[in-house]
Amino acid sequence: MKLEIITPEKKIYSGIIRSVRVPGQKGSFQVLKDHAPVISTLDNGPVVVVDEAGVEFRFEISGGVVEVKADKVILLADSVITA
Amino acid sequence: MANLKEIRNRISSVKSTRQITSAMKMVSAAKLRKAQDKIVQLRPYADKLHGVLVEVNKSLQGCDVENIFCKRKSGDGKILVVVVTSNRGLCGAFNANVAREAKRIMTERYPDKHNKGKLVFMSIGKKGHDALKRMRCNIVEEHNDIFNNLSFENTSLIASELIKKYVSGEYDRIEILYNQFKNAAMQRLTTEVFLPVQEIEESVGKGIATDFIYEPGVETIIQEIIPKSLKTQFYKAILDSFVAEHGARMTAMHQATDNASDLIRDLTLQYNKARQASITNQLLEVVSGAEALKG
Repeated sequence: MKLEIITPEKKIYSGIIRSVRVPGQKGSFQVLKDHAPVISTLDNGPVVVVDEAGVEFRFEISGGVVEVKADKVILLADSVITA
Repeated sequence: MANLKEIRNRISSVKSTRQITSAMKMVSAAKLRKAQDKIVQLRPYADKLHGVLVEVNKSLQGCDVENIFCKRKSGDGKILVVVVTSNRGLCGAFNANVAREAKRIMTERYPDKHNKGKLVFMSIGKKGHDALKRMRCNIVEEHNDIFNNLSFENTSLIASELIKKYVSGEYDRIEILYNQFKNAAMQRLTTEVFLPVQEIEESVGKGIATDFIYEPGVETIIQEIIPKSLKTQFYKAILDSFVAEHGARMTAMHQATDNASDLIRDLTLQYNKARQASITNQLLEVVSGAEALKG
């Protein structure tokens, strides 16, 4: 599954991942392989990425939108603080 | 024939001017590259955001979601023009063009509004601010310091303020007037409608609408995404103007450097001629003096 985290100022992350947890507006949810297509707005909160090798990353985002489609996750964040 | 010292002084002053202009040119070139990078960085975000907007729009076909950003109200409210210029001069006709266009908007496009005092301006950039003041425009806001720290966050603060004022009905229409960057030597003066939102181009028919799950709901998403895309548009306009400014300054300074070089060449020629003339004169004097003694 591919993930891209993009802010208006730069591309924060791009790569193959196992899973990602995002702070949806109605609650945090995790996206795994073959997730159904989703478009969701995001709240402030942590994004937890587990990459192919099983290493965990965390990003703090402040608001944004996520689109999951055909095994591709596009996360448009307003701003990101890398933890 | 001007005297030698005078010419020498002029040459040295033109030389130092040339040094300044060529340094400014170099600085602008570096800043231009940096600013251009920012635009390149913004592009993926803008494209993806537009993609999401199109998707949402596709699945919106048929259902009637009220959109507060598109509503066209009766034309009795204020019109706001955001005038984007630079904080510094020495960049050719960059700021003058914007000022002229602002004047045209005032006298030709919205003369009625202007007479009724319903045409107001917001200035971004000191030079535009001064020009508007000279034309006695109604400036309601200024954000001249934004270029000191040009970031998405700063510009989106202004953008959300504008959106809020539009939604609350304070303004009927908001336009942005700025120089669009074409290449280092060319800027295109652009007036863009910021609000009401222009219809998203129809891209239906291409491919089937994916059956998305919307969290928390289509309406909320629309209300969230449209301001985001507006903020992106606003940021892009200001960034574009910033890049164009450096492009314009670079070209202007290049011209100035060339002109200074020409001037120096002419002056040097004049100087050498004058020097030669004075040498010849002195020789003549010596020779004729010697002649006189002999006689």
